[in-house]
Amino acid sequence: MAGEINKGLVLLDYWVSPFGQRCRIALAEKGLSYESSEQELFGAKSELLLRANPVHKKVPVLLHDGRPVAESLVIVQYIDEAFPCTGPALLPADPYARARARFWAAYSDQVFEVGKRVWQLKGEERKQAREEFVRVLKNLDGELGEKPFFGGEAFGFVDLALVPFMPWLPSYERYGEFSVAEVPPRLAAWTRRCGERESVAKSLYPAEKVNEFLAQHKDDYGIE
Amino acid sequence: MSPSTVKLIGAFGSPFAHRAEVALRLKGVPYELLLEELMISKSDLLLKHNPIHKKVPVLLHGARTICESLVIIEYIDEAFDGPAIMPTDPYERAMARFWAHFMDNKCAKPFMLSVWSEGEVQKGFLKEVKENLALLQAQLEGKRFFAGESIGYLDIVLCSLAHWLTVIEEATGVKLVADDEFPDLRRWAKEYTSNEIVKQCLPDRDQLLAFYTAHLERYKMIAKAMLQQ
Repeated sequence: MAGEINKGLVLLDYWVSPFGQRCRIALAEKGLSYESSEQELFGAKSELLLRANPVHKKVPVLLHDGRPVAESLVIVQYIDEAFPCTGPALLPADPYARARARFWAAYSDQVFEVGKRVWQLKGEERKQAREEFVRVLKNLDGELGEKPFFGGEAFGFVDLALVPFMPWLPSYERYGEFSVAEVPPRLAAWTRRCGERESVAKSLYPAEKVNEFLAQHKDDYGIE
Repeated sequence: MSPSTVKLIGAFGSPFAHRAEVALRLKGVPYELLLEELMISKSDLLLKHNPIHKKVPVLLHGARTICESLVIIEYIDEAFDGPAIMPTDPYERAMARFWAHFMDNKCAKPFMLSVWSEGEVQKGFLKEVKENLALLQAQLEGKRFFAGESIGYLDIVLCSLAHWLTVIEEATGVKLVADDEFPDLRRWAKEYTSNEIVKQCLPDRDQLLAFYTAHLERYKMIAKAMLQQ
């Protein structure tokens, strides 16, 4: 692998990981250069990954001058706080706005968590997971309201936390019993609006690519 | 905004509500505590202010509502003057947040299931609990508190290990930690529970034991449901 591990920013990542994409978007928004280190997730994990994240052995991990930070939302907040004078702030300045941002960014994980259950469960349990999934999207739509972005006029923490899950929605339709038509219209419009940003466009893959990936890894995701 | 407009919706015995109370007291913020009777029903006030999760704690600060204990702690730290709860260095803040996330997302389920389940399933979770405790103990690095010389964010977040753990062991008869295991954690637990500020809002041990004993069946059901997820 090119470059030094102990200098600058290195992101241990996996191309289709929405959690990795959160970090990519954050780094791009801040205009920070970094080295991307694509990791093997199916098969043997690298020594580097195991050393950088011994607890979870997962991506993403950000190395800053050799020191590892793991957990996507922890990484994004770290980027915001370690580089306060570089690029726009990812979290708002006001304490209450920050609290709301942290709450909703953490909540956006539910799209992935509940989505998984839509795939993995059967029968009545799948039906319940599907209903919960629709509720999660409704809650997010309610919080977005008529605003252009979750934080208001500016793209920020909640937007980058949630948008990487949006290309996965057609797969929830394909492999679960969810219909993309059920995505609230304001949320759909917000997705398109985020996609117009270079940081997002460069970090995300189209839904077809996500679908292809899942088709090849059905067993790993409990999809039949 | 005057601190006298602060209210906390909590519940007896909730370590999550305790986290919020400790944070408020460390900052010296006066507050009114509104107690839910969660085993009976959830109040309209709670459902109104936390419609998404319907859980305690909920912090009401004037017209503001803040949910989720970890979010509440950081809000209290940032909205009010007083001694810092979070570390100031960005990397240390990231480490504190990482271990808080580990506690709530990786430790909670095995902990629950190690005491409230049975047989082979229970054995597996017991092993996982010990692995998790070892990882957490390593973060102490011989310090008095996780945060250093005085109590901070991670100490507050890990409060259930300091006080709730032995109570639940007693209520269920399941020994998670042998008497000679994790001596650093034990020492830290004593430091945490004897802290003057913490003592003001720590649930009485006997009352907590009576609470868990009275609700054994309820917790067993919750654990069963968790297992199926």
